[in-house]
Amino acid sequence: MKRFVIAILVSNISGVLTRVSSMFTRRSFNIDSLTVGETESSNFSRITISVMGDDYIKEQLVKQLKKLHDVKEVEVFDDKETVMRELLLIKVNNTSETRQDILAAVDIFRSKIVDYSPSALCCELTGESTKIEAFIELLKPFGIIEMCRTGVVALERGSNCLKSE
Amino acid sequence: MFRNIYLFKRDDIHTMEISGAKIVVETLIEQGCDTIFGYPGGQVINLFDELYLNRDRINHVLTAHEQGASHAADGYARATGKVGVVIATSGPGATNLVTGIATAYLDSIPMVAITGNVPCSLIGRDSFQEVDIVGITMPVTKHNFIVKDVKDLADTIRLAFKIAKSGRPGPVLVDIPKDVQVSKCEFVNKPFESPFPMICAKEELLRQAAGLIADAKKPYIYCGGGVIAGNASDEVTALADKIDSPIGCSMMGISAVPTSNKRFLGMQGMHGHYASSMAENEADLIIAVGARFSDRATGNKDKFAQNAKIIHIDIDEAELHKNIPVYLGITGDVKDSLTRLIRLVDEKKLPEWNGRINELKIKENETLKPSEALTPYDIIDIISKDADKDTVVVTDVGQHQMWVAQRYPFEIPRTFISSGGLGTMGFGLGAAIGANAGTGKKTVLVTGDGSFGMNLNELATAVSQNSPVVIVIMNNGVLGMVRQWQTLFFNKHYSNTTLDRKTDFVKLAEAFGAKGFRVSTGEELEKAFSEAYNADGPCVIDCAVDCDEFVLPMLPPGGSIDDMITDVERGDE
Repeated sequence: MKRFVIAILVSNISGVLTRVSSMFTRRSFNIDSLTVGETESSNFSRITISVMGDDYIKEQLVKQLKKLHDVKEVEVFDDKETVMRELLLIKVNNTSETRQDILAAVDIFRSKIVDYSPSALCCELTGESTKIEAFIELLKPFGIIEMCRTGVVALERGSNCLKSE
Repeated sequence: MFRNIYLFKRDDIHTMEISGAKIVVETLIEQGCDTIFGYPGGQVINLFDELYLNRDRINHVLTAHEQGASHAADGYARATGKVGVVIATSGPGATNLVTGIATAYLDSIPMVAITGNVPCSLIGRDSFQEVDIVGITMPVTKHNFIVKDVKDLADTIRLAFKIAKSGRPGPVLVDIPKDVQVSKCEFVNKPFESPFPMICAKEELLRQAAGLIADAKKPYIYCGGGVIAGNASDEVTALADKIDSPIGCSMMGISAVPTSNKRFLGMQGMHGHYASSMAENEADLIIAVGARFSDRATGNKDKFAQNAKIIHIDIDEAELHKNIPVYLGITGDVKDSLTRLIRLVDEKKLPEWNGRINELKIKENETLKPSEALTPYDIIDIISKDADKDTVVVTDVGQHQMWVAQRYPFEIPRTFISSGGLGTMGFGLGAAIGANAGTGKKTVLVTGDGSFGMNLNELATAVSQNSPVVIVIMNNGVLGMVRQWQTLFFNKHYSNTTLDRKTDFVKLAEAFGAKGFRVSTGEELEKAFSEAYNADGPCVIDCAVDCDEFVLPMLPPGGSIDDMITDVERGDE
């Protein structure tokens, strides 16, 4: 079982996200994260899905996705040839004893403080999922109040792109 | 007064600004649809009004229940190869279609289901008879639509037909809110649209297949429903002749190859013919065409056909390696692929392998034991002796279905109609009515008392349509297939499979206005069937069958060929 990222170009119409996600449920594939948004053309949306699975799941997923009428293009991304990013917002307890340690962690990870109150700090961090996870681990001892992650977005390096035919 | 109203409506046609309801009917006709099945209701009144006005151009078959209509549209499609169309109202009308749509989806049957819905302004408010049918049917349709602007209506229906029949066929649902049926817009007929471009196999892969065939000493051609859907029967037999190979099939592949073809071994799998399953197991090369290796066909996948390399040709790329890892997967239209493959293979003769096949056939015949009583096989033999070769034989689901699949000598593609993938009990009567409406041919429904009980209300439809459908009920008073499993694997705990019913099927038939017969011997059946077959309208033959008849051979669920059960000792419960 490995984690892989799939980029899907779909028609930008209502119900498409349900179609794609319901296929995952029906075929018993698990979604780790899912992001969706409009592309450079308003006719298309781009869905980026991160999945845990083996080669069988990877192959079936791509083939089943291609069968959906609203799916225009599907690509599985290779780790090395892809730029992947995720955004994290995380709120941790802010006390006079821990503040300096938290700020050090924020500094080392090149995170940003985006909100500050006497009892809580909110940080923003962008990076690959592994970096995000490491940062969360680091902040855990200080007491995480709440957090949210966007899930992975990804683009291929170089001039290649997902294009609808 | 009424006449004036109609004249007014007819005038609309000339202005070419017409209502959504009329657009639906005009587009259906444009798409070549001559018969639709359905049931009216509040949110499709406008549509049914247009059907009334155009009743000389398009035939509507009113069923007793929307489920029956959906199976009828499916049966129509299976028998004719055309797209079956069903119409239902919103809410319960729409949800009643779901089993029929799922049945068509699992067997890749081209179908367009049209549902009404509450007006757009009421959607999402839990209005009366409102249901999200697009959401409900998403996993059981090839695609579905809700049309919220009348301007999109005609093209959406056209696209629905195109999707339904292109590539691997399947059902498509179009949900049309009532206000869209009422709104008007311009309508221009468009020329009949051809399906999406054919998917052609890569030449290199076909060359590799030819190489594997050249090396094979024990080939076995395995046909699925795709051979029928893809109209590739002749190509299959031509390939078999050229490479001297036996042919087997899945249940959905039945009728693709004539039973009289000496290479044909019949169905393989859980209840397949001994020779067909054994030959598949011994083969060194399986050429699977338009089949999907369902669990009912393969049994234990880890032990399936271990001696063979598998070439898998299918129009749906996702089927390759899905259920069984194959040696060579080829995506492409089966007719085109086989035509090109035949040109690439050299003629060969395999006397040794065919000798072995003959041994298997002889052994298969030895396992058939003669019996005094009227056996299910006797019933099927009597039917097939009397019925014309082009008679469409429909089944429900259960033991009777397997007996027909094993025994009936089908000769012509599309004459066997049965719910394979979903295994829908209650499928048969609706499908038989649809098959008859589509072909105009005599139709025989072989069913069981369990299956028939599920949707027998469609007898009313058969009577009102005067459909010449002969319904043969193999009546054993039990849910035989489940009982068989209970006998074999559940210590004869006949939990809820004994139908302690007092239904008199002869009186029932008469109550519906059909003819009824009751038989318990071969002689009586011959007489009754001959009369029923030559009658104008529907007839029901209640045919007594022993409740401990077994479908054999049988591979136990999850078992392999080594676990094949060919004989069962009968005992008391």
